[in-house]
Amino acid sequence: MENQQITDALVAQFGAEAVYGVTESHGILQFTTGVENIVPMLHFLYAHPVFKFQFLTDLAGIHFPDAKGQELGVIYHLHSLENNVRLMMKAYAPIEAPHFPSITGLFATANWMEREAFDFYGILFDGHPNLTRILNMDEMDYHPMRKEYPLEDATRHDKIDELFGR
Amino acid sequence: MSEVALVNNPNVGLDKTQKGGPYVNELSTLNLGPTHPATHGIFQNILTMDGETIVDAEQTVGYIHRAFEKIAERRPFYQITTLTDRMNYCSAPINNMGWHMTVEKLLGIEVPKRAQYMRVIMMELARLTDHIVCNSILAVDTGALTGFLYVYQWREFIYEIYEEMCGARLTTNMGRFGGMERDFTPVAIEKIQKLLKELPAALKEFEGLVMRNRIFMDRTQNVGGISAERALNYGFTGPNLRAAGVDYDVRAMNPYSSYEDFEFDVPVGTKGDTYDRFLVREEEMWQSLRIIQQAMDNLPEGPYHADAPHYYLPDKQDVYHNMEALIYHFKIVMGEIDAPVGEVYHSVEGGNGELGFYLVSDGGRTPYRLKFRRPGFIYYQAFPEMIKGTTLSDAIVTMSSMNVIAGELDT
Repeated sequence: MENQQITDALVAQFGAEAVYGVTESHGILQFTTGVENIVPMLHFLYAHPVFKFQFLTDLAGIHFPDAKGQELGVIYHLHSLENNVRLMMKAYAPIEAPHFPSITGLFATANWMEREAFDFYGILFDGHPNLTRILNMDEMDYHPMRKEYPLEDATRHDKIDELFGR
Repeated sequence: MSEVALVNNPNVGLDKTQKGGPYVNELSTLNLGPTHPATHGIFQNILTMDGETIVDAEQTVGYIHRAFEKIAERRPFYQITTLTDRMNYCSAPINNMGWHMTVEKLLGIEVPKRAQYMRVIMMELARLTDHIVCNSILAVDTGALTGFLYVYQWREFIYEIYEEMCGARLTTNMGRFGGMERDFTPVAIEKIQKLLKELPAALKEFEGLVMRNRIFMDRTQNVGGISAERALNYGFTGPNLRAAGVDYDVRAMNPYSSYEDFEFDVPVGTKGDTYDRFLVREEEMWQSLRIIQQAMDNLPEGPYHADAPHYYLPDKQDVYHNMEALIYHFKIVMGEIDAPVGEVYHSVEGGNGELGFYLVSDGGRTPYRLKFRRPGFIYYQAFPEMIKGTTLSDAIVTMSSMNVIAGELDT
């Protein structure tokens, strides 16, 4: 099973405009799709007689502050254990309304992964049974992994980039 | 828990017809944790109990959350190794080397064969310690303390080997990008040979005490079981998934660090219950010994690290006498070396399952995003489903056999 086969099947099913940014990273297929395609695409890959992407390895949130309208992203790491093929599916949404569909109906394991992405990035998973913070305390009123929260004190003067030729 | 769900649960309300009078829904709440001697770590489980039976469980995690993923975004790559130590601290070298291999993949460093074999040896030693801890403590949780004492001293002995290799015992920070920081010393080789010779006897003794013990079997068989289908849906990996009957092992399916050179079996269970998890871990220890034996027998000659001066710390001797080495030393220690742009997912078979590193680099000195796939975090969410309808004592052994490590759970 080649990566090309997977993209061909996805394009045939969902149209060429639904699958873009196709690359490969060390043999793992990566592509981007629209938020509205996430659930149908995951179901398609899950139920496909050959591909059988039935294992959700991980779900990672990410924040690109400079990508206007697509600041927050979710990366779905899927694994087809039968074929031993992995892929990464990405989708992005604007930071003002970061709505993603919850995939807990398909993968029970997505429950805590989505809660984690919500906790750290404020990504809202519509349809999640219990979208609350998981690792941080409930009283927290911000989402700490967003890039606007720098880790080091901004008043530090000993690490000026210029001094190191950066 | 709704009334309907209570009625549908076969384990609840069985005595509602007794003694006449209306059925009173007497559920009690029990806080198991956050600190509880039987849970080995800081976990809170709010159990809803109907007498002895668990009706529902709600977990709270995050008590030792240390924001590793956020810290990693400000740290040069080599400083992140120390963060990985503190995830699954029962098998820290696997975490270290998994991280090193991820970065090597990004940088395109080719690791020499000897270093790969050395890594395999250290990772299998780490798997031994991990499984020794899990299985012997499981026996303790069922009341068998003696077996624990027989094998635990060998875990201590493996820590001595770590000490010989890197100077530390628990949080090892072992290895470097490109290989190992030092070659096997004669003492290390001697200790590994001693382990290979003498651990089997201790392990046999432990198995003789526990494995066919009537009490142990009664306490663990058909307790906390999960079907293969549910386990896959819940993202189980490692021994817990294999106990349910799925032969997924990263070492066999996506070999890394020359695992393809070694011959080993992937043991699988049938029921996915506590006893199966115990047996799978037990057999994996024998397989680990087998792998270490093969690696020691065929340990290739050659350098123990890659020739990657930009990323591999030079010898201290050279730093004092050699200009280039001094420059590289400074640049590496100050974290001044930019990594190439790229995106990498790499996974290794950790003590508990697939330990994955998803690294996004924007070409800077630190990762842009680093996501750890911690197996413990992912399979622990199935715990309520596995203990519903059982008793409190069953919940304790179920949790013990799942080997949930607080550090890994909370990063």
